[in-house]
Amino acid sequence: MSLFLPGKLGALAAILTAALLAHGQAATADADAVASETATSITLSQALTGLQAGSFQDKEDVIAQLLTLGDERVLPILKALLSGDLSSRENDSQIYMLTESDGTIAATDALTGAVTAGVDKTSYKKITINNKLRGKLRSAIAQLSLAHPDTAVRISAVQELLDHIDPDLVTLLQERRALELDKKVVAFIDIGIAMARINADDKQQRLQSITILSDSNHPEGKRRIIALLEKDPAGKFLETDPEILRAAQQALKDIEARTKLYGFAETVFFGLSLGSVLLLAAIGLAITFGVMGVINMAHGELMMLGAYTTYVVQLLMPNHIDLSLFVAIPAAFLVTGAIGIAIERGVIRLLYGRPLETLLATFGISLILQQLVRSVFSPLNRSVETPSWMSGSWEINSLISITYNRLYILLFALAVFAALVLILKKTRLGLQVRAVSQNRAMARAMGVRSDWVDALTFGLGSGIAGIAGVALSQLTNVGPNLGQDYIIDSFMVVVFGGVGNLWGTLVGAMSLGVINKFMEPWSGAVLAKIIVLAFIILFIQKRPRGLFPQKGRAVEN
Amino acid sequence: MSKKHTMPQSLLALPREDRGGRIFLGILLAVMVLVPILNLGTDADNPIHVSTYTVTLLGKYLCYALLALSLDLVWGYCGILSLGHGAFFALGGYAMGMYLMRQIGERGVYGNAELPDFMVFLNWQELPWYWLGFDYFWFTALMIMVVPGLLALVFGWFAFRSRVTGVYLSIITQALTFALMLAFFRNEMGFGGNNGLTDFKDLMGFNLQLDGTRIALFLISAALLASAYAFSRYLVTSKFGRIIIAVRDAEDRARFIGYKVENYKLWLFTFAAVLAGIAGALYVPQVGIINPGEFSPLNSIEMVVWVAVGGRATLYGAIGGAFVVNYAKTWFTAVLPEVWLFALGALFVIVTVLLPNGLVGLIQQRRNRKEATA
Repeated sequence: MSLFLPGKLGALAAILTAALLAHGQAATADADAVASETATSITLSQALTGLQAGSFQDKEDVIAQLLTLGDERVLPILKALLSGDLSSRENDSQIYMLTESDGTIAATDALTGAVTAGVDKTSYKKITINNKLRGKLRSAIAQLSLAHPDTAVRISAVQELLDHIDPDLVTLLQERRALELDKKVVAFIDIGIAMARINADDKQQRLQSITILSDSNHPEGKRRIIALLEKDPAGKFLETDPEILRAAQQALKDIEARTKLYGFAETVFFGLSLGSVLLLAAIGLAITFGVMGVINMAHGELMMLGAYTTYVVQLLMPNHIDLSLFVAIPAAFLVTGAIGIAIERGVIRLLYGRPLETLLATFGISLILQQLVRSVFSPLNRSVETPSWMSGSWEINSLISITYNRLYILLFALAVFAALVLILKKTRLGLQVRAVSQNRAMARAMGVRSDWVDALTFGLGSGIAGIAGVALSQLTNVGPNLGQDYIIDSFMVVVFGGVGNLWGTLVGAMSLGVINKFMEPWSGAVLAKIIVLAFIILFIQKRPRGLFPQKGRAVEN
Repeated sequence: MSKKHTMPQSLLALPREDRGGRIFLGILLAVMVLVPILNLGTDADNPIHVSTYTVTLLGKYLCYALLALSLDLVWGYCGILSLGHGAFFALGGYAMGMYLMRQIGERGVYGNAELPDFMVFLNWQELPWYWLGFDYFWFTALMIMVVPGLLALVFGWFAFRSRVTGVYLSIITQALTFALMLAFFRNEMGFGGNNGLTDFKDLMGFNLQLDGTRIALFLISAALLASAYAFSRYLVTSKFGRIIIAVRDAEDRARFIGYKVENYKLWLFTFAAVLAGIAGALYVPQVGIINPGEFSPLNSIEMVVWVAVGGRATLYGAIGGAFVVNYAKTWFTAVLPEVWLFALGALFVIVTVLLPNGLVGLIQQRRNRKEATA
C-alpha cells in the first residue's frame, strides 16, 4: 500500500482521508452522533448558508467541512447538490432539495427533512457547481456511502466506483478496506484497487492485479486487461514487459473460457426452464394419450383455465398474494380435473375406438372453453401477480444469474413428475391405469372397472393441466389464447418422447427445451421453433413411435 | 358400403349413378346461369338483383367447397385426417398473390416497378430469386399446382413410407402448417410478413374491382369445382378409388394382398394438395388478400368440420358442408360475433357424437326409414 501511495497522493486525498476517518468513527458510534445532535445541527445549518454565497472555492471548503460532521443528512444533500436539485428559497434563503414526480415538485427541507409538496420552482434558486466541484462531490459521496452502516449500500457504492476508478478513489478504497469487515465488500474493493494498480510502476503489484481481475469476472476488469494488450499501428504491443503481456494474455484467455462456460450453463438452464414448462404442459397429455389413446385437443384450454383459477384465487385473497399459489395449485387441480371428468363422461366416452372423431370433438370443446373465458373475463390479458418469494434473481456471480420464478417452476415440474410416477407405480389406481393401458380387455376380465379408470385417468391428466396453468401464469400473460400457444408444442413433446411413457415425456421435454434455446442465438426464436418442428416431423419418420416406444402386443392396434 | 358397387363406364356417364352428385351439379349449373344474369342484367334497386358483394361471397364459398372436396378425398376415402390442409390452400394462394403483386407494377405506393411495396419498405434492393417468373401467368399457374403438390409429395413420401398413421399423422400435419405459419410471419421470408400480400389491381389485365371480372372469377370457380367434382367422382369409383377405400378400412390387409399402400396414399394426398392449391389461387383474387393467418391450425381444422358436417366420403356432402358452415359463419360473425365460436365448437361435438355421417347421413337415414315403412 505504502509503495503506491506517495506519488499519487494529492492534497484533496489528504482531506478526504481525514474526513473518512472522522466519519468512520462517527458511524461506528451512532449514540454519540445522537447526543451531539444540537451541536452538529448548528454547524450543518452554518455550512448550508456557506453553500449559497461565495465562490466555487468557498463551496469546496464547505463540502470538506460537511464531510467532517458525520451527519446522516449530509449524504442526500451532497447527492442533491451533484444532480442540481439543491436550491435555496428566495424569500428566506432556506435550503431545500427539490424532487419532481408526476409533474409536481416537492421541496424537502435539508435541515429538518420536512416535505412540502406542490411548490413553485421559480421561487427557488439553484445552487450552482462547476466541473471541478462535481469531481469533488463524487468522491465525497463515494466516501460517505463507503462508510454507510448498510452493507448493501456499501457494495453498490463500490460497484459504482468501479466504472470510473482513479488514484484518489484508490486511496479512499484502501482506507475503507482496513476498516471493512464484510467479505463481499472487501472483494469488490480489491477489484477496484487492482483496476487502478494494473498500470502502477511496481511489476509485482501489476501481476497481482491481473490475477485479481482475472478471477473477479468483472466486465470492467476484463476491459482493463484488454487495454493492456493494445497494439500500436505497426502491430507491436504497447506494453513492453513480456511477463506482464504473458500474464494478461493468459488472464484474458481464462476470462473468455469462463464466460463461455457460464454462457453455456446459462443456456442449459434456460433450456431446462423451457423444458420444464413443456413438461408440465405435456405430462397430462401423455397420461390421457398414452393410457387411453385419446387425443385431448382441449388440453391447452384446461391449462388456460388453471391460469385463470390462479387469477381468481388472487382476486379472492388480495392481501395474501404470497400464499395465493399454494391455494391456487389444489384449486386449479380440482377445477380442471372436474371439467376433465365432465368432458370424459359427456363426450369422449361416446367416441371410444374412434380417435380421429375424439380429436375433433375435443377441439370443439376447446373452442367453447376459449369463447367462454372471453365472454366471462374479456378477451384482454389478465395480470397475475408474482409472489415476492418468486420474484428477483439469484446472482451466482457477475456472469450468471438465475431468476427465481424459472428456478422454482423447474423444481415444481420435477416434483409433479415425481408425484405422477409414484401415483402410477405405487397406488392401486396406478396399477389399474397401467393394466387398462396395456390390455383393456384383459383388465376388464380381471375385474377392473375400465370406464371408472378412464374417467379418473382423464381427470388426473386434466388436473395436471390445471397445475401447469398455475405455473404458466407466473411466466406469461394470462389470456384466452394461452392454451393454443402451448398445445402444439406439448403434442410434439409427447410424440417425440414416445406415447405411454412418462420418462420419454421427461426426456423429450427437456431435450426439446435445450435444443430450442441452443439454436435461438444463431437463428432467432421463431426460426428455432420452425427448425425444431421440422426436426420432429423428420424424426417421426425415422421412429414413428418416439424415443421410447411402448413395446408388446397391445401396441400393434 | 353395403350398397352394391357398379363400375363406371366413362367419365361422362358418371352422374347417372350418383344421385347426390346429379342434384349438386344441377344446382351449380343453375347458379352459374342465374347469378351473372341477376348481377349484370338487373339494376341495383331491382328486388331480384344479386349484388357484387354476394357474387364475391358465393365465389369465396365455391373455393371453400373445392377445398372441402379435396379434403374429403383424403379423409373420407382414405382415412388420412390432414389437419394441415390449409397449408396447401395458402401456398396456392400465395403463388397467385405473388403474380398479382407483380401485376401492380409501378402503381404501388412507392411507385417502384421493380419491387413490391413491402420490399421497398424493408429496404430490399432486388427481387429475391423465388419471385422470378411470377411476372408470367403460365409460370404462376404452374406454381399454383407444383408448390403444394411438391410439398405434399415430399411430406407424404416421408410420412407414409414410415407408416405414420392415424392421430400421429394428424398431429404432424398440424405441426407442418403451424411451422409454415411461423415462417410466413417472418419479414425475412420475402412474402410480406404479417400483412401478407394485398392491394391487388388486376389479373391478366382485367381490373379486379369491376363487376365483370368478379363474375368471370365466380364462373371459373364454379366450372373448376364442377370438373374437379366429376374427376374426383371418377377417381373414387375407379379401381384406384376402391383400393384407396380398402386402405382406409383395412390398411394391413390391403398391404398383405400386395398393393403398395404407400404409393396409393401418396398420389391421392398429392392430388388433393394440388386441388387445394387451385382453390387457394382462386380465393385470393376474390377476397383481395392473402396473409399468414391462412396457415393457422384453426383454419385447417375448420375445414375438417365442413366435411364432417356435410358427411364424409360422399364428395357432394363435403361441398354442401362447406356452404352450410360458411354461410353460418358469415351470418354469425355479422349478427352475433360472440356466439360463433360457441356454435362452431358445439358443431364439432354434435357432429362427431350424434351425426357421424353428417347431414347426408341424416337425409339417407330418413329416406331409408320412409322406404322401410312404405
